Amino acid sequence: MSSAKPDGATTPAAAVETPLRRFASDYLESPVAAAGLAILVVILLLALLAPLIAPQNPYNLAEVDVMDSRLPPGSESMAGLKFWLGTDGAGRDLLSAMLYGLRISIFVGVMSCLVAMAIGASIGLVAAYAGGRTETLIMRIVDIQLSFPAILLALMLIAVLGKGVDKIIIALVAVQWGYYARTVRGTALVERRKDYVEAARCLGLSHARIVFHHILPNCLPPLIVVATVQAAHAIALEATLSFLGVGLPPTEPSLGLLISNGFEYVLSGKYWISTFPGLVLLATIMAINLVGDQLRDVLNPRLRR
Amino acid sequence: MTAPDAPTIEVDGLRTHFFTKAGVVKAVDGVSLSVRRGEILGLVGESGSGKSITGFSILGLVDPPGRIVGGAIRFNGVDLATLDGEALRRLRGDRIAMIFQDPMMTLNPVLRVDTQMIEAVTAHRSIGRTEARDLAAAALAEVGIASPERRLAAYPHELSGGMRQRVAIAIAFINKPDLVIADEPTTALDVTIQAQILYEAQKLCRTRQTAMIWITHDLAIVSSLADRIAVMYAGRVVEDGATADVVGRPLHPYTQGLIGSVPSANRRGQRLTQIPGMTPSLLDIGPGCAFRNRCPRAGDDCAADPAVLTVAPARAVRCVRPLLGVGA
Amino acid sequence: MADYIIRRLLQSVAVVLAMSVIVFFGVHVVGDPVYLLVNPQMDQKDIEAAIRALGLDRPIWEQYFHFVSGALKGDLGRSFIFGEPALKVILQRMPATFELAIAAMVMAIIIGIPLGLYAGLRPDALVSKTIMAGSIVGFSLPTFWVGIMLIMVFAVMLGWLPSTGRGPTASLLGIESSLFTLDGLRHVLLPALNLALLKMSLVIRLTRAGAREAIHQDYIKFARAKGLRESRVVGVHLLKNIMIPVVTVLGLELGNLVAFSVVTETIFAWPGMGKLLIGSIQSLDRPVIVAYLMIVVLLFVVINLVVDVIYSLLDPRVRLGASAP
Repeated sequence: MSSAKPDGATTPAAAVETPLRRFASDYLESPVAAAGLAILVVILLLALLAPLIAPQNPYNLAEVDVMDSRLPPGSESMAGLKFWLGTDGAGRDLLSAMLYGLRISIFVGVMSCLVAMAIGASIGLVAAYAGGRTETLIMRIVDIQLSFPAILLALMLIAVLGKGVDKIIIALVAVQWGYYARTVRGTALVERRKDYVEAARCLGLSHARIVFHHILPNCLPPLIVVATVQAAHAIALEATLSFLGVGLPPTEPSLGLLISNGFEYVLSGKYWISTFPGLVLLATIMAINLVGDQLRDVLNPRLRR
Repeated sequence: MTAPDAPTIEVDGLRTHFFTKAGVVKAVDGVSLSVRRGEILGLVGESGSGKSITGFSILGLVDPPGRIVGGAIRFNGVDLATLDGEALRRLRGDRIAMIFQDPMMTLNPVLRVDTQMIEAVTAHRSIGRTEARDLAAAALAEVGIASPERRLAAYPHELSGGMRQRVAIAIAFINKPDLVIADEPTTALDVTIQAQILYEAQKLCRTRQTAMIWITHDLAIVSSLADRIAVMYAGRVVEDGATADVVGRPLHPYTQGLIGSVPSANRRGQRLTQIPGMTPSLLDIGPGCAFRNRCPRAGDDCAADPAVLTVAPARAVRCVRPLLGVGA
Repeated sequence: MADYIIRRLLQSVAVVLAMSVIVFFGVHVVGDPVYLLVNPQMDQKDIEAAIRALGLDRPIWEQYFHFVSGALKGDLGRSFIFGEPALKVILQRMPATFELAIAAMVMAIIIGIPLGLYAGLRPDALVSKTIMAGSIVGFSLPTFWVGIMLIMVFAVMLGWLPSTGRGPTASLLGIESSLFTLDGLRHVLLPALNLALLKMSLVIRLTRAGAREAIHQDYIKFARAKGLRESRVVGVHLLKNIMIPVVTVLGLELGNLVAFSVVTETIFAWPGMGKLLIGSIQSLDRPVIVAYLMIVVLLFVVINLVVDVIYSLLDPRVRLGASAP
């Protein structure tokens, strides 16, 4: 029983709503997630610009004086440089060491994530497209990778490969690729049955083109969600491995190594060497998790608004 | 103490609204009815007419965002709206019981039948487990279940649909309540089982002199079972009276439409009459008679809320132009 | 039921065998441990004798067969460092690790389930939102850092709890454990808490999700219609339905817990298998590494099997097969 609009006035045309704009507004509905994104951006900027903003280059031996070691936050060095967060056991400015460490931690985490995504997604696509025994075999291997505890797998690999940035990345990739493979295969299976794939085949498009141009873009949303979760895991795992002494070598110290260095001083009350790097690590992981959570809610087709 | 012939339950102008983000859904909007001891009232209506919500409102089981916003529910003289949560809980299952529609979902799949029956008893009186179990076995026998001991030890999914519903009926009657509300209990069952269930329920009702409200969309079922019928449409009772009166000489155009669409009421070869249009959405329903868009007798005066016309004792209709020439 | 178990057993054996191959050959690729143990300045003859004694001169597949046949007899080689059978070295430390894992699991359950239930049943309350926020934090905390912070706060600053080591043990029902002594409990508290934090967040989220879904089911409404006390409706009807998926996930997580104890044991100097593993990796004690990995694989497989069986016991629908028509 609706009555006609009173004076025939038309509503003004809505602003053009692109998918990107809609996605952005959906995402920003949660203030917590928005805050997470903001924190993440800040952290990434800090990591990127570390050499420019750090008060000291802690790995330049000329700038570091062992006489400055283990000073509490707020102290000053012999040369008058202010140590905002104190110094570590070798006399390095903690703030600078943290910025550099953040850089390495994020680099290793993100790099392993991207490589694992590339490998895992490809394997998943192959499995979904091939079907049959190939698919079963591949998914069995994926299952084994996923059910084995990440830390043990990483430890094993590092015991075999040795230390080094590239070896750590390999280990981190080996631990994650299964998640991507499984996600992509699941989505690709669904997509494969859809009409547009049938249409593309009728047009005589090659398999490769169908897979990479058509199916893959539709697999991206869940892939992105998995990637954020895994990025957080990778960073945490690398930190753990470095802490245990089987991670990055001391020449490329990540936050994990800084925390490990500070461990021996905890009992004597010099808390800052372990505490601050840990807080930064926590902030990074949490920001990624918050963003990932919101992404998952927004990109979930079942929760379509 | 209520007079012996006073109704067991008297619902007066009940209104239950759901406050959703999309608007207010007036699921029950002014329902009045009454049932006496040993009497069966059939509450008939299509899905979405508010009949189930009426049942839940009486029991105080309306989930948020819904709540009772007006009216009174007098049970044995006491207005249920004045009772607190604990007092209501004590009545539920003991003095007022409910039988739900789908017994697969209402019996907890991970608990045994005897657990679920025994707890219905021990929640209301302190009684030993063995004694409660004996009561349960007796209750099962009373609803026509052979070898009750075996059924007691079983899990719900091991029983057939008809069996599960008998268990639900047994649970409803186990504490000898004064009122039983049955919400479409036979809808999910085969036609043959339906008849058996109807029989068991009716028998228990008569022998124990329990008042019963039988909620259904199936006019055919209710005409053989109930003493009185109340017809609901879009959250309101549009007609009520003795079964023979309502079915034989309906006053409301909607009731007539319902009766006309029952296959058995028509002669062979005759086309089934259909009520044109669809049930209105209960969201933000406006004033006036909700049936007027589909009514062959509607006029301009139907745009105002029709008052309830009491045509005879225990015979009422909510219409400004009822059938058989009563009214304007 | 019986053939299901047999099938799963066969699968498990296949997995263990496959893992043994991977583990053995993988570890043998690592550098040459000979010169860690044998002084290169020694006579060539003595070096060769040592190599022969430690079995390092055989072709690799022969070493593998030797390994498998020995394993079936319970002999997984001799530790280079300790000089004792690797299996014995690990088994000595296993009770300590199990204590830790079980204490952590119990903590996660006792704290996590009530919190998760509350958050699920009253999702809009401030407390619930705090709990959920807390679970995200718990999820994101790096375990090793939390361990250090815990030591810092509770051992150094407040001095309430010991910072390292395992407490004295006592015997109960033939089992020796430090959980049975008061001092032992004091020692296990911090490490167990550390290990439990991550699992706690998981339990909270699982329980909350389960409660939110289950509370709207018809059987809950029916239970209320019967006039049952709300405490019974939640405590029996709701809980039993939620527990099934939660227990399944937790059971599988037990294996992960044992693996992850590597970190906690290192920080708290807890004398368990994990700490042994780290040391063995750093000193390239191959037999111990291999033995550890084999035992963990076996553990995983056994836990998976047990969880599957328990699941079928808990859910009567699975156990008793298809329902009657």
